[in-house]
This record gives sequence, structure tokens and C-alpha cells, in this order.
Amino acid sequence: MGQITLQGVQKAFGPVHIIKGANLDIADGSFVVFVGPSGCGKTTLLRLIAGLEDVTDGRILIDGKNVVAVPPAKRGLSMVFQSYALYPHMSVRGNIGFGLKMAGLAKDEINRKVEAAAATLNLTPYLDRKPRELSGGQRQRVAIGRAIVREPKAFLFDEPLSNLDAALRVQMRIEVTRLQKQLGTTAIYVTHDQVEAMTMADKIVVLNGGKIEQYGSPLELYEKPANLFVAGFIGSPKMNFVTGDPALQRGAATIGVRPEHLKIERDGAGGWPGTIAVAEHLGSDTFLYVDAGPLGMLTARYIGELSLHTGDRVSLVPDPARIHRFDDSGNAIRS
Amino acid sequence: MARMATTRRVAVSTIAAWLCGFLIFFPILWMMLASFKTELEAFAIPPSFLFFHWTLENYATVQARSDYLHHALNSIIIAGGSTLIALLIAIPAAWSMAFSPTKRTKDVLLWMLSTKMMPPVGVLVPIYLIYKTVGLLDSRIGLVFILCLGNLPIVIWMLFTYFKEIPRDILEAARMDGATIGRELVYVLTPMAIPGLASTLLLNLILAWNEAFWTLNLSTSQAAPLTVFIASYSSPEGLFWAKLSAASTLAIAPILVLGWFSQKQLVRGLTFGAVK
Ligand SMILES: Nc1ncnc2c1ncn2[C@@H]1O[C@H](COP(=O)(O)OP(=O)(O)OP(=O)(O)O)[C@@H](O)[C@H]1O
Ligand SMILES: [Mg+2]
Repeated sequence: MGQITLQGVQKAFGPVHIIKGANLDIADGSFVVFVGPSGCGKTTLLRLIAGLEDVTDGRILIDGKNVVAVPPAKRGLSMVFQSYALYPHMSVRGNIGFGLKMAGLAKDEINRKVEAAAATLNLTPYLDRKPRELSGGQRQRVAIGRAIVREPKAFLFDEPLSNLDAALRVQMRIEVTRLQKQLGTTAIYVTHDQVEAMTMADKIVVLNGGKIEQYGSPLELYEKPANLFVAGFIGSPKMNFVTGDPALQRGAATIGVRPEHLKIERDGAGGWPGTIAVAEHLGSDTFLYVDAGPLGMLTARYIGELSLHTGDRVSLVPDPARIHRFDDSGNAIRS
Repeated sequence: MARMATTRRVAVSTIAAWLCGFLIFFPILWMMLASFKTELEAFAIPPSFLFFHWTLENYATVQARSDYLHHALNSIIIAGGSTLIALLIAIPAAWSMAFSPTKRTKDVLLWMLSTKMMPPVGVLVPIYLIYKTVGLLDSRIGLVFILCLGNLPIVIWMLFTYFKEIPRDILEAARMDGATIGRELVYVLTPMAIPGLASTLLLNLILAWNEAFWTLNLSTSQAAPLTVFIASYSSPEGLFWAKLSAASTLAIAPILVLGWFSQKQLVRGLTFGAVK
């Protein structure tokens, strides 16, 4: 079991309020990703749940029990650090087995569990090496092994893949997701990479400036962003925002259209006319960066190849069903 | 071709290093040789390098005139005692500054270092008078105390830099792994801190052993360590090169042996942090 609830959790470092009242319900077995720009408080929130920081106010419930006064060692969670934080003087075996040793398990049981975890993570040949004799990816696996072997109530990951190169990151991303599904253990995963968030999460928490902007499934965030921040943060390339007449006509202060929801018409009369500033041809996609005069720069995405080039005139027609409307204060208008 | 050039370069720098090492060591070697000469030969010009009449007479005289073991024992007590006490005070101090620093930690550290910038002779008179009043002159406790105070800033600084090198993440990982504070200390922190502690201990031991200013000024006989023992041979009664050399050789021998066997620790200790 690993059901985690935050109720009005606040954290201040001295006079600075970092987490400004977080409420969250994390269902047992779900994969929740905290995402947000640098410095928004993702790590702090994770460390509060871990118990490595004390809350200034509010309650954290694990399986219904308030744990704010419980030390990290007794919360039954395990954490994978960005820096891996392996014990440098212990072998891989010692690293993975340390938690079990602390729990007072018998030696042969520890060995059995460590070897099983190592086998899952393809670490068997390295069991007797020291961390410094491993590659970055292997160290990462050891850190994950150390987390899974204890069968915790939940895994906490703090940007575990950010020190890996791009190819390895994609591979590990899939492995972590697969492993979590297979074990069925609750996971909280911090990242500032929204692609990681969208691909891994059952539910995403979008944080900004210490506040939870929205909590929902990846598709909910994509289709129904609660405000301008979430709309702009989720999705790549970024959503286009248009103010002025086109917005006012639709009864909003700002409207947003995702690049993939702009139809590209050559010399079309309707829609928003403009000149192509840059065209990116990826083969699978074509991205157009269009200077639309008073509307500013707009990005349009076409699936497949489109033979348009810098300087060509185009007209961008927004899909009326996919226009997001926002009021003066940036909140989404639902009708 | 390239390989040959590298080999030659390695050979040249090896020879250069040995030469430098020999140059630095030469005075000590010369002193050791002199300690086996007669007083006349020790004086002789031109000096003889190896072909002289080897004798142990100086050592016998030195031992007869002043009790070497008495001074050596004092040195051990003073150097060892001041080092242990300094470590006992410095470990928690460096610990708290490294792991829960405050706004003022940097200032405190700098202030400690600044006490080492003042020449000790600047406070000789007040310290001497205080010692005289409380009766600590020529006492081992007094010397342990003053050497401990003198080296404390360096010990704290060294330990602070070592502890700083221990990543907090690792301690937190141990906590997440269910380790209590005690077990965190035993299984994670101590093994990671031991190299730093060992080299601090060694360096401080050497510094305290060689300390000559306070030991010379605050002790005469009862508590006098080996530094005073050496100094008593450079007396105005005349120059006794051979006996002075014998006394000096005896005085530095223990620390030289210790240094030789712990050189790996020491080098690691002094370059720690510089090379990761
Ligand atoms: N111990 C601390 N004392 C004071 N301020 C802190 C402390 N830890 C974090 N902060 C501040 O809290 C804010 C949030 O930090 P946090 O590490 O949670 O950000 P983050 O979202 O994880 O960012 P990143 O993506 O860069 O890791 C930052 O402005 C940071 O300066
Ligand atoms: Mg962070």
C-alpha cells in the first residue's frame, strides 16, 4: 500500500515561502510526476514527503497516517537521488543490500533479494564492483536497485535521469516506467522535462512558484489546461497565445492554439496570414515559424513533409474546437 | 618516436625529482653523519663525507648528560595529548559547521584562521605571566593546553574541508534506507571520514612534535620535550656539532619513522579536495 495525501503543506526557509499550501491525493500504485520550471519547489516538495525536510505547516498522510513527525527512516519510502548518492566505500551488493541490512534481515535473505534485484536491472556482473568502477547508467541502475529491493510503500525520484545522455535517458525512462508498472508501487517522480512527464506519468502535478497549478492526467493537461501557465508549459512546441481582436471576438483576454491545431493554407484568405520566418523539415514533421504581423510569431506543426520555405506567404487557420480561452487573470474559461 | 621522447622525459623528470629530494634531505643526512663523527672531525675543513672514524660516542655522551627517554616521553605526551584533545574539540566543531552551517560559519572559520596570522611571540609575555601565576610553567598540562590551542584552528579547518567533501545526499540516502543516526555514523559516515581524520591526526602530531616556540619558552626541565633537549646542546658553552647532531637525530628519529610509514596518508591528506 502506498497512498499519499498532502493537506495544506507549506514550507518556508526563513522568511521565504517556497511551498505555498499544497493539496494532493496520490492513489496507491500510481505514477505521479512533479513538473515545473527550475526553482519552483519540486525537489523541496519531494523532500518534504521523504521527511528530509520538516514541513512548516500542513499534514502529510501515508496510508492515512500523518507522518510529519516521523523521521525519514521510518516512513517506508525509498528515494533515488539525482546524484545517485551511492555509498562509495561499499560494493554494488553492499549498496543495494544496505537498506535490508538496516531492516535486520538475515544475510542469505539479503543476498537472495539483492541478486534478484540485480538480475532485474542487469547488474549481476557488477555486484562486486565499487560505484567508482561503474558507468553513469550502471550507477543509476544501482540507485534504482537500492530503491526497489526494500519493497517500499512508494518510490521517490528526483530527476534521476538528468545526468545521462539523451539516448540512455529514453531507454531508462522506458525501463523505469515498466518496472513501476510491474511492481505496482506508487511512484513520485520529479523532472523539469515535460516530455518525460507526459510519457511516464499516470498523473502530472504542474508546479509553479511553489503552487500547484494543475493536477491531472497527461491528456487532461494537454486538452484542458487550467490556466496560461499550464497551457504554455505542457506541449512541445509551445502553445501559441494570441491577444487582441481574435481573442476579444471569442470573449477572452487571450486565446491559445497548439501548433498541431493550426491548419496551414497556402495563400488562404481566411485565418491568420503571415510570412514564414523559419521552416524546419524533420521528415516526419514540418515546423513553421510564421511572422503573423500584429499577432506576433506563431508556430505551426504539420505531420509529414510540407514543401514550404522561408519567405513563403501562408495563412494559419485555427481548429475552432481546439481553441483554448483564458480570462484576464490567465485562468481557462470553460463553457 | 613519440614513445621514446616520453620515456626520455620521464627519465629526466625522475632524475630531477630525485635530485631535488636529495638536496632537501641533504642537511638532515649531513646532520646524521656528523652525529657519528668525533667533535674534531665534525669541525674539519674540508669535511669528510663517509670516510671518517665512525663512533657512537656522541650518543653515549648525550644520553649520559641528559635523559633522552625523559624528553622523548614528554614529547609523546605533549604531542599526543594535544592532538587528541584538539581532535575531540575539532570533530564536533567542524562537523556542525560542515553539516549545518549558518550565516556566520564563514566568519567563524576566518576568525579562527586569523588567530594563526599573529606571531605567537606577540602574546608570549601575557601567556608567560598567566602560566607563572597559575603555576603551569614547566608542566606537561600547560604545554598540552597551549599546543592544543595553537593547532586547533588548523585541525578544525582540515576536518571542515574533509567533512564538506562528504556529499549530504549520501547521508540522506542512508537515512532513507532506514539507518538511525547511530548506524549512519557507524556504517556510512565514519568509513568515509576515516582517511581525513587519519591524515589530520598525523599532520597535527608532526606539527605538535616539532613545535619549538612555546615548548622552549614555557618549559625548562620537568616537562621539557625533545625540542628543549636539542636546544640545550646549542649552548654558549661552546659548539659541539657532533653532540648537537646526535641529539637532533635522536629527536627527529621517531617522527621521521612515523612520517615514512604514513607518507601515503599524508600526501592524500594534503592534496585531498585538490584532486578528486
Ligand atoms: N535549504 C534551503 N534554504 C533556502 N532556500 C532553499 C533551500 N532549498 C531550496 N531552497 C529554495 O527553494 C526554491 C525551490 O527549490 P527546489 O530545489 O525545490 O527547486 P526545484 O523545483 O527542484 O528546481 P530544479 O528544477 O532546479 O531542481 C529555490 O528558490 C531554492 O533557492
Ligand atoms: Mg530539483
